[in-house]
Amino acid sequence: MSYLEYSVKTVPSGFRKVLHLNWALVVLLVAVSCFGFLMLYSVAGGSMTPWAEPQMKRFVLGLFVMFAIGMVPIWFWRNMAGLAFGITLLLLLAVEFFGVTGMGAQRWIDLGFMRLQPSEVAKISLVLVLAAYYDWLDIDKVSRLRWVLPPLVLILVPTFLVLKQPDLGTAILMTVGGGIMMFLAGVHWLYFAVVIAIGIAAIYAVFATRGTEWQLINDYQYRRIDTFLDPANDPLGAGYHITQSKIALGSGGWTGRGFMQGTQSRLNFLPEKHTDFIFTTLAEEFGFVGGISLLGLYGLIIFFCVVSAMSNKDRFGSLVTLGVGTTFFLFFAVNMSMVMGLAPVVGVPLPLVSYGGSAMLVLLAAFGLVQSAHVHRPRSKR
Amino acid sequence: MKKTPRDSGESGRRISRRAMFLGGTQLAFMGVLGLRMRFMQVDQADQFRMLAEENRINIRLIPPNRGLIFDRNGEVIAENEQNYRIVVVREDAGDIDATIARLAQLIEFDPDELERATKELKRRSPFVPVTVADRLTWKDLTRVAVNAPALPGVTPEVGLSRHYPLGSDFSHVVGYVGPVSDYDLSKLKNPDPLLQIPKFQIGKIGIETKLETNLRGRAGTSRIEVNSAGRVMRELERQDGIPGEDLQLTVDAKLQNFVQARMDGVSGAAVVMDTQNGDLLAIGSSPTFDPNKFVRGISVPDYRELTENTFRPLADKSVQGTYPPGSTFKMVTALAALEAGVISTDETVYCGGYKQLGKRRFHCWRRGGHGHVDLQKGIYQSCDVYFYEIAERVGIEKITEMARKLGLGTRHALPMSAIAEGLTPTKDWKQANRDIGWLVGDTLNSGIGQGFVLASPLQLAVMAGRIASGRQVSPRLIKTVNGVETEIKGGEPLDINPNNLRAVRKAMASVSNSQRGTAYRSRIVADGYQMAGKTGTSQVRNITAAERARGVTRNRDLPWERRDHALFVAFAPVSAPRISCCVVVEHGGGGSTAAAPIARDIVLQAEFGGLPPLSAYPRSQRGTIQSMREKLNLREFSLPRDGRIRT
Repeated sequence: MSYLEYSVKTVPSGFRKVLHLNWALVVLLVAVSCFGFLMLYSVAGGSMTPWAEPQMKRFVLGLFVMFAIGMVPIWFWRNMAGLAFGITLLLLLAVEFFGVTGMGAQRWIDLGFMRLQPSEVAKISLVLVLAAYYDWLDIDKVSRLRWVLPPLVLILVPTFLVLKQPDLGTAILMTVGGGIMMFLAGVHWLYFAVVIAIGIAAIYAVFATRGTEWQLINDYQYRRIDTFLDPANDPLGAGYHITQSKIALGSGGWTGRGFMQGTQSRLNFLPEKHTDFIFTTLAEEFGFVGGISLLGLYGLIIFFCVVSAMSNKDRFGSLVTLGVGTTFFLFFAVNMSMVMGLAPVVGVPLPLVSYGGSAMLVLLAAFGLVQSAHVHRPRSKR
Repeated sequence: MKKTPRDSGESGRRISRRAMFLGGTQLAFMGVLGLRMRFMQVDQADQFRMLAEENRINIRLIPPNRGLIFDRNGEVIAENEQNYRIVVVREDAGDIDATIARLAQLIEFDPDELERATKELKRRSPFVPVTVADRLTWKDLTRVAVNAPALPGVTPEVGLSRHYPLGSDFSHVVGYVGPVSDYDLSKLKNPDPLLQIPKFQIGKIGIETKLETNLRGRAGTSRIEVNSAGRVMRELERQDGIPGEDLQLTVDAKLQNFVQARMDGVSGAAVVMDTQNGDLLAIGSSPTFDPNKFVRGISVPDYRELTENTFRPLADKSVQGTYPPGSTFKMVTALAALEAGVISTDETVYCGGYKQLGKRRFHCWRRGGHGHVDLQKGIYQSCDVYFYEIAERVGIEKITEMARKLGLGTRHALPMSAIAEGLTPTKDWKQANRDIGWLVGDTLNSGIGQGFVLASPLQLAVMAGRIASGRQVSPRLIKTVNGVETEIKGGEPLDINPNNLRAVRKAMASVSNSQRGTAYRSRIVADGYQMAGKTGTSQVRNITAAERARGVTRNRDLPWERRDHALFVAFAPVSAPRISCCVVVEHGGGGSTAAAPIARDIVLQAEFGGLPPLSAYPRSQRGTIQSMREKLNLREFSLPRDGRIRT
């Protein structure tokens, strides 16, 4: 869709755009982030440093980035999609060679002022490029095999690079997120049935090759899966994270122990308490009420994304909005499942709450795209 | 990039449908998450809350104060002394080597101990306190305390450690404590968690171990919050323990001290008993040792000195040692014969120096013989032939029966280690243990306390006490537990004709009061304090046979000397007996020369409750007694009596 096809007069221009931002979404994002600030303040033992203050600064920066991106017309971003994807692939390659190792994996590039995790960027640029592809593609061709293959390549190339880092969590999220994009674009459901069948076969293969020279994933990843399947069998070793996480979460009760009163996180029984496991601290200190509140906020964010997408006649904007919403959903769904013992421990942060610079910036930038799609949606001529 | 309006509408609808589906799925999954959260935080909350408490709270034991031990007058025998030590926390100290070097300028270190402590400091977690110096003097401790600002991470601490102020006097009775060993733990089925505390002191021998449960007390607990690394964050709750129960012994520390001092230099034992209630007033064994050395951990040379000493300082001869009672057994034989009616008190037996039994001659100790001998003369002259004769008449079974009635051959229940049962033989016993039938010769030997008969000094003191009182007095060592008087056993009269007992007592009085008595030299001349007794000299070579018979080989006893054991049993005062006493001097020679003088000194000391006036001794001996007294190394008891019992 070209610029001219829009009813230009009805799309707001200049600073009037600000009024047409999806303000409900902005409020929800701020609310979720405030949960994060509170928790980071608490796990630091009632201190703004080392986590809460930098996180706030980054959030403010991220909000500006979001507004800036939201002000730019959505078709500009559609045109940028291919370039962004290319740059992302280059970054992923660069991380192979110049990456800094942290937590046993090569995941970030030190840019001097911040550490950039290309895998975070990859998730969003994948959404962008897939949305652009399906926007471009004729709707009738969507389910034809030769038109199904290019998006598969678009998904698998960055996924492979991320898997090499190694970052299994992000790789899975990217594959699933990409698959959902294809589903939204209207690819025939039979393809998904086949892929799911293949996936099951692949899981079987992963386990069948364990211990042989051909094993497909690393030992530590096998151990995480083992631990997930039976955390009790090694409570102080590999199962420690899951067991402690469940103890902290479960001991919260209805209303929790109170702000800054969580014993488990404060006494260091919780691993990664400021990043991947921050939800346990929240659940311990604010209990079921606190946990369900955060979940509710997340649900509202998803709800507003879906509503915005459904009311958007622009195919690209609609797909980007749903893609960002889905990525966001996958983040917190996997993270919460993990801390509640429903999924294996994979390094997925709780979006906007876990401490982490690039994840937050990238997410807010992605919501900038959602805002842009919302502001610049086609409106009926009056 | 062209696009027809149709496409847009069609794609829009499809996206909407699928978006609805996706949104629905996502909300459903969030519903699952919510339910899971509810399940964990609401339904299972209690269970997880408990696990969290366990995670967070550690229970530390606070060792209770061990019960104190007092003598019958409240003199402290065992107490808990403050133990000053220096503790270092690596994390606070920073540079360990520099800290230790600075400490070394202030206090003297044992190089081995220092090396161990330094190693431990470097090995353990940085916040764990490690003891680098133990048992410091108050002066050393204050020196460290004053310099504390220059010694970060160094803390002077005070703990409790057992101390025996009376030193070696009670080492055999009270025993000593020591750190729990793996062996101690292995003996216990369900050990008290207290025993897991490093260097926790438990009783090793004597009363300390026999009454361990009374003395130990119950641990207090301190609930502390710890983090995942085990570091203590704060104390949540403290519950003080119950201190161990205090014990009061029947022993008189002053008399005990006199007994040990008087027996210094000989190998032997002495027991003094109250004939009214069985209270053991003194129960000494010589030589002895300093139990405090064991509490601290005795050095190898010191320990070797104790084990290689031929006088066996570690053995408690008063209750563990068994000896052929020799002539001190003759009262048993006499009473058995009198009770059986095989002889009357005035019937005489002719002693020609020996008794012929078949081809064998059983000799009297006096080669020339005693001539006509009745019961009185038999006892105060200790004529063997008289007793051979009556023993043969009454038979071994009756003798053994009488011996048991008088407290021989039974293990008296006292809280002391390895109390000997002694031996009062029967025909069945010999058949079972020696595979040979009982011979009349065995009866003759047993009749004069030789052969198989074995008794401990404790048993002989009980025997003398029962003869003196005519009642079944049983020894008692613990007077009160936690202030509550213990039961006194054996007030019932003995099943013996009082006339016969009176005759035997009269004969025993003659032993040390008649000019012809074997212990006349050891008489007491103070009116109302006179002592009755019986000497005994038991042949060492017979130990071999007797002990082998029991299946016990204590051969290390034998090569030392071939001299006889000297024994003396006594009761006093003659007119109204209050105390009984037994003295055994191993390889001391004759009972009248080696054992009786010691027994007299002890008896006098007990009667007077302190050093008796010299006038209690025969005039001719007073000089010797005086000079002997000057050599005695007696302890000063300056504390007011009854002043120190804790209630």
